[in-house]
Amino acid sequence: MHEDLYAGLRDSLPFHLGGIPYGLITGIAAVEAGLTLGQAVGMSVIVFAGASQLAAMELLAETAPLAVVVGTAAIINVRLIMYSASIAPYFARQSRRVRAAAAYFLTDQAYAMSVMEFDSDRSRDRFRYYLGLGGAIWATYVLATGVGVVVGANVPPELELSFTVPLIFLALLVPVMKDRSTITTGAVGGVGALVGAAAPLNLGLLLGALAGITAGLAVDAWGSP
Amino acid sequence: MTTGYAPITIWAVLATIGAVTYGFRLSFLYVFGGNDTIGDRTERVLRLVPPAVLAALAIPAIVTVRPSVSATVLDERLLAGVAAVAVAWRTEDILATIATGMAVLWILRFLVL
Repeated sequence: MHEDLYAGLRDSLPFHLGGIPYGLITGIAAVEAGLTLGQAVGMSVIVFAGASQLAAMELLAETAPLAVVVGTAAIINVRLIMYSASIAPYFARQSRRVRAAAAYFLTDQAYAMSVMEFDSDRSRDRFRYYLGLGGAIWATYVLATGVGVVVGANVPPELELSFTVPLIFLALLVPVMKDRSTITTGAVGGVGALVGAAAPLNLGLLLGALAGITAGLAVDAWGSP
Repeated sequence: MTTGYAPITIWAVLATIGAVTYGFRLSFLYVFGGNDTIGDRTERVLRLVPPAVLAALAIPAIVTVRPSVSATVLDERLLAGVAAVAVAWRTEDILATIATGMAVLWILRFLVL
């Protein structure tokens, strides 16, 4: 195996600790929403973005309007544009085909780990390293989704395993609320979505998130001279 | 609750979300060479998207507004959520956060309340 591909695989190991349960929960949520094994695994392959999949399945389970399902998933994934912009300079010399392949494996974890590695070791074959890292994260997540579907059908409902979904969101939320504007954004976004929960068409989430972003921008503008 | 949509509709939704998501991932990697960067203002908005969306996803699933303050606060989901936030803040560890939240939920549900 190529040395840099191997290095990427090796560096993916800590992420499986989080990725495997995440995939399992995605599979379990799919069962609860009434999706088939094929749809659940297909979703992890086609979308490959856990938080948006969980939100989309929750809305599908409620038979929410399709535009709301797609719109909610899209807004959750908008952050990937930020990663794309940030990682693009590292792949600038690669062919467009390589960059198109790299885009598919772009996740929170692959982005964070590889940018750190590219900065600390400039001699790396970047694409091979990134492929080892991103490919390993992909494989365990997709497999775990399938296992989650099979296991999920046998879980007693009173255990309420679906409560792990908001807990995951909390675990991701706390580290990104780190200054005045992001804390304001989170607080207003959360309260806004709670107030908006009564809004028609399950629009509460989108309205809350937009209110949060607006409030955060206002704090940003207030703080800068 | 299970979905009321037909399989073909589900597949269409998955394909659409997948295409949009891939478009986001590809955006700067493909269209822009390495030397272009996104503007400061765009970056400021994008930075706020994760806290806004994650809070909007999490809070309504954890908080249930009830007629009295005590009934709202003394809720198994809310208490489990508060414990999970404390662990998330201390450890920034997803697994530890989930484990704590579920443990508190189950203790309250099966042993206390």
